Amino acid sequence: MNAYKIPIGDAIEALIEFFVNHFSFATRAFSALTENGIRLLVDAMTFFPAWVLILVFTALAGYLSRRRGIALFTLLGLGLIWNLGLWAPTVSTLALVLIATFFAVLIGLPLGILAALSEPLNRIITPVLDFMQTMPAFVYLIPAIPFFGLGPVAAIFSTVIFSVPPAIRLTCLGIRQVPRELIEAADAFGCDRRQKLFKLQLPLAMPTIMAGINQTIMLALSMVVIAAMIGAKGLGGEVWKAIQRLQPGQGFEAGIGIVIVAIILDRIMQRVGGRPKTERV
Amino acid sequence: MRTEKIRVENLTKIFGHHPEKALELIGQGSTKEEIFAQTRQTVGVYDASFTVHQGEIVVVMGLSGSGKSTLVRCLNRLIEPTAGKVYIDGQDVTALSTNALRQFRQQHLGMVFQNFALFPHRTVCENTEFGLEVQGVDPAKRRQQAMKALEQVGLKGWEDQFPAQLSGGMQQRVGLARALALDPDIMLMDEAFSALDPLIRRDMQDELLDLHDRLRKTIVFISHDLDEAIKLGDRIVLMKDGAIVQEGTAEEILTNPANEYVARFVEDVDMSKIITAESVMKRAVAVAEYPGDGPKAALRKMEKAGISSIFVRQEHHLKGLVTAEDAARAARRGDKHLDSILRRDIARVSPETPAIELFPLLAESSFPVAVVDADNRLRGVVIKGSLLAGIAATLQTEDSTG
Repeated sequence: MNAYKIPIGDAIEALIEFFVNHFSFATRAFSALTENGIRLLVDAMTFFPAWVLILVFTALAGYLSRRRGIALFTLLGLGLIWNLGLWAPTVSTLALVLIATFFAVLIGLPLGILAALSEPLNRIITPVLDFMQTMPAFVYLIPAIPFFGLGPVAAIFSTVIFSVPPAIRLTCLGIRQVPRELIEAADAFGCDRRQKLFKLQLPLAMPTIMAGINQTIMLALSMVVIAAMIGAKGLGGEVWKAIQRLQPGQGFEAGIGIVIVAIILDRIMQRVGGRPKTERV
Repeated sequence: MRTEKIRVENLTKIFGHHPEKALELIGQGSTKEEIFAQTRQTVGVYDASFTVHQGEIVVVMGLSGSGKSTLVRCLNRLIEPTAGKVYIDGQDVTALSTNALRQFRQQHLGMVFQNFALFPHRTVCENTEFGLEVQGVDPAKRRQQAMKALEQVGLKGWEDQFPAQLSGGMQQRVGLARALALDPDIMLMDEAFSALDPLIRRDMQDELLDLHDRLRKTIVFISHDLDEAIKLGDRIVLMKDGAIVQEGTAEEILTNPANEYVARFVEDVDMSKIITAESVMKRAVAVAEYPGDGPKAALRKMEKAGISSIFVRQEHHLKGLVTAEDAARAARRGDKHLDSILRRDIARVSPETPAIELFPLLAESSFPVAVVDADNRLRGVVIKGSLLAGIAATLQTEDSTG
């Protein structure tokens, strides 16, 4: 049985090597660009004292969710993080999540729309997404390094790959869930494809799409933490440090920080997306 | 002669990838089931031909699976016909390109759906505006047209609500307004009232007839309900297994079913609702002419015909009724004219009045009921005996064919 091993690993390595040899100029350039973007975002956020940003986030949470409770939670949660001395890593984690989500949505939304409108594409994309989601997240870290080098950009790259499936899947699902008779009505009134998409399918799919983006954000957050292993800083980096130094107390403090950020992001996104217009009275 | 609006010629729709096989089998006279068993192709509509005139309501009726919804969707090509032609205003719809077809739908064809198919994320007004928005009409103008349409269906004041906030009947009014806002000349209504409860349905039918009287749109109405078809349809097209089995007015179909299927379909309809005054009335055996005939002449006419009262008309228009008793008294007084004894408040009905509505009229009065047309010309009279005899006769032909 050991006589011949099917060389899947070798093939993948050869493939990655090929890409690195021929495309690394592009990926390195992208890397420089993104790294600058991340630095800019982090710099902008750390330019202000922490308490100013905490108030800004609180106001933003209150405005977006229209819930006083969520605003209060944001205020107390971020205050706790600040108090624990974790403000700087939290800001860098947030920046990574935001940038990764931005790319994931940028890729996921159009792909989801195309998959919804084209059955062949849907049939190709579905198993690929299944594969991407079942593959252990750590594995994505490995090829990211040769492309982008150790650091935040490799982290973002693997985070985008890990977090893009729900954006694609739920965009596609949302559009496909639009009732057939509504599509028929739109046709009967002489809509073309573009009008149908923008006047009917996308607005009706919006709650589902927002749920997808919410999942994408949550996955991005979890991946950004894991990506600390390849040099992403932030709260994940704190946890990673705590593991290496066997400091459970500090590990848990950083862990609590992650939980707080996750809850804030999730609650805000749920309120933004999960409110169909029809409920408005 | 009314102008022809829609002409459907030999329209056929086969669902499946190999329609030619199914077409061949149909040609050999196979049934829908046999064709499905042999070829896995479903016959939606087979060789349907009919015409709809300008301003007419034609009801396409049949049980579920009879192909009526498919047929109406072939008219605007929501479903692409396999064979046959559809002409609207002489334009061959089946030959239109995709873009031309979209424009044609925008300009000529309004559609109303069974389950309303309203857009839940748009307000009532935005729903109504939808077709105009698609056409690129500017916002102020389309709002104005939408409001007009909403007013026509009695939804003024509801324009900022969302469909989910309205009852079923009101939702379908929005559906109706959405189609009307385009001012199309043809309305396709696919089981438009079937999802409504019976009382609301009846109201909506009345309102549709009302709208039709005002706007004179050509309407193709799909229904599985014979009572609805009879009420709405100037003509009825009856379908079974994708084919048209009979076409005609409600009365033609009911009193003279083309085959056993039609007869079975119609047998549980309450005949007295269907039989109209026209079909049970008799010719007036004698009529007094005003002002020529005085009491004496009227009396003589009654004696000769063996009746106890007589209708009086002036230049063919019904004026009233005179009884023999009154005429005799007036004659003795020496009156020259009928004015003093003329009864003007007599029961008059139109030829289309259902026979069932004649019973109470006849029970209340001891005189015959006058059947008059829109010009108040006397078309005939209904007496108790002729009403019962008329209904009995119609039921008999029904039995012998059934």
